[in-house]
Amino acid sequence: MISIEHVSRRFGDGPNAVVALDDVSIEVAKGQIFGVVGQSGAGKSTLLRTVNALERPDSGRVVVDGVDVTSLSGKALLKERHKIGMVFQHFNLVGNRTVAQNVEFALEAVGTPKSDRRPKALEMLDLVGLAHRADDRPGQLSGGQRQRVGIARALASGPDVLLSDEATSALDPETTRSILELIQRLSRELGLTVLLITHEMEVVKRICDAAALMEHGRVIEQGPLDELIRTPGSAVAAELFPVGEAHYISGHRIIDITYTGLSADRPIIAQLARDFGLDVSILGAALETIGGHQAGRTRLAVPGDASVALKVIDTLTAQGVTAWEVLA
Amino acid sequence: MIDVNAPDFWPNLMQVMLEGTWETIYMTAIAMAITFVVGLPLGIILVGTEQGRFLERPFGSRALGRAINAVLGFVVNLGRSVPFIVLMIALIPVTRWLLGSFIGTGPAIVPLTLVAIPFFVRVVEIAVREVDPGLFEAADSLGASRWLLVKRVLLPQAWPAILLGTATTITSIINFSAMVGVVGGGGLGNVALTYGMQRYSVLHIVFVVVILFVLVQVIQWLLTLAAKRFGAVPNRRGGKKAMADAQAHLDADVALEAPQTPDRGRDGAR
Repeated sequence: MISIEHVSRRFGDGPNAVVALDDVSIEVAKGQIFGVVGQSGAGKSTLLRTVNALERPDSGRVVVDGVDVTSLSGKALLKERHKIGMVFQHFNLVGNRTVAQNVEFALEAVGTPKSDRRPKALEMLDLVGLAHRADDRPGQLSGGQRQRVGIARALASGPDVLLSDEATSALDPETTRSILELIQRLSRELGLTVLLITHEMEVVKRICDAAALMEHGRVIEQGPLDELIRTPGSAVAAELFPVGEAHYISGHRIIDITYTGLSADRPIIAQLARDFGLDVSILGAALETIGGHQAGRTRLAVPGDASVALKVIDTLTAQGVTAWEVLA
Repeated sequence: MIDVNAPDFWPNLMQVMLEGTWETIYMTAIAMAITFVVGLPLGIILVGTEQGRFLERPFGSRALGRAINAVLGFVVNLGRSVPFIVLMIALIPVTRWLLGSFIGTGPAIVPLTLVAIPFFVRVVEIAVREVDPGLFEAADSLGASRWLLVKRVLLPQAWPAILLGTATTITSIINFSAMVGVVGGGGLGNVALTYGMQRYSVLHIVFVVVILFVLVQVIQWLLTLAAKRFGAVPNRRGGKKAMADAQAHLDADVALEAPQTPDRGRDGAR
């Protein structure tokens, strides 16, 4: 649905130039919720803005539903943007107009006849649970409510794609959860493809089907979440299940294991101790519900040398978990 | 010297004051109306054609945007830097060519309008700059046309500041309109000149001062009320403060020359 192909973008010239995007390629499937995570300044925001051409790449192209967005301009670009909704960290609602007027603006932009705008806007507001606040000004609403209005506005033109620019970063944890649930629900109900950027792993955990990790304008890793979790040494997995720094113990080998679904319920560590007679110690563990499934990571210290570690890893792998040795 | 005890002194004074007040209001109203119609779009275009703004590329051409911005900026600064009395005298041939005469209330409107437009353009410029850039981005993301963006986002947001700035502009037009009296324009300035200065009537001067004071107060009050109605929201904390800030900003800016706000960097570090 969204295909970002070898996109690069730099700002400024000469020695002060900042490379915001460095040959970034990302593929988002239809109906998927795709999260791009990274520190601020990693280029996420620039990347997101290339999808609706708020930002133009220096090279590479972005194709949305078969249309090369990077080549569009003028009326054709406006038309394409009607198919791509966007929500913002600071909501970006027009403060001197009512909630309904803010949504009606999106409808006016796509040329909805005047008489149809208000009913349609109310319908959108109803979808996000705010029809009763239609005639209030955004300033009278809470942050979470304002973001709901932002979502209603973004979806008013009936887009296939929703871009989310840190939509929950200005909200408290509880409100974040309800906004994420709303996005997930709407994505399923309306068949929306969602591309979101965030610096919060929490967002990825809660709603993303797939994710990419960005650092200094480059994509370090990307793929469906369950695949990433099963990838040894995955940086995304490490972020999802923080177990801290590895503390090396002499005569021990450190092994990380990640597991999803059923394997999370099996007593694999107890079994390991039984089968090998090893005094396995647990250095850290993190368990999360990801995409509705249990998943986690455990860091073990296993006494012995490399060959023991290898044997342990083989055994664990045979049981359907991902295991690898963490080297100093 | 006028005789205060003459039987027709008071009726005469009333007559003169009414006429003068009407002429001042007439000159100011027409000058302001023209200023508004011309200055509002110019102010919007002046800010919009800056790099990275919503009219950066009119008709798809950045060069055109840059040219429009440079020309407008130059003309506005030129207009602002010429003292009114000089402008008034310099415009005499233009006014005569336009209206056939340069003496009187009607012809005085020409220099008044020309001095007010650059002033008001600056007012609009400041008001438009205050609008959150995020709103323009949101409008762009919705695929809104430029016209819709101006009508539904820019103007509603900038409106309160523009109204307050209109009050300031009217005040300065009234101020300048008094000066027109010197070259034969009508209005309260002319009254002060002919009765107060040439015929030493203190009462005439007092009346002129009081009427002008009341006029300015009423206009300021009305437009502040209108701005509040439009911009302020009940229960919104900081609404009053924001308004005060906007006014302070305006006053300071109109008094001095606005320091150019540096363009918002379009870097990727968001």
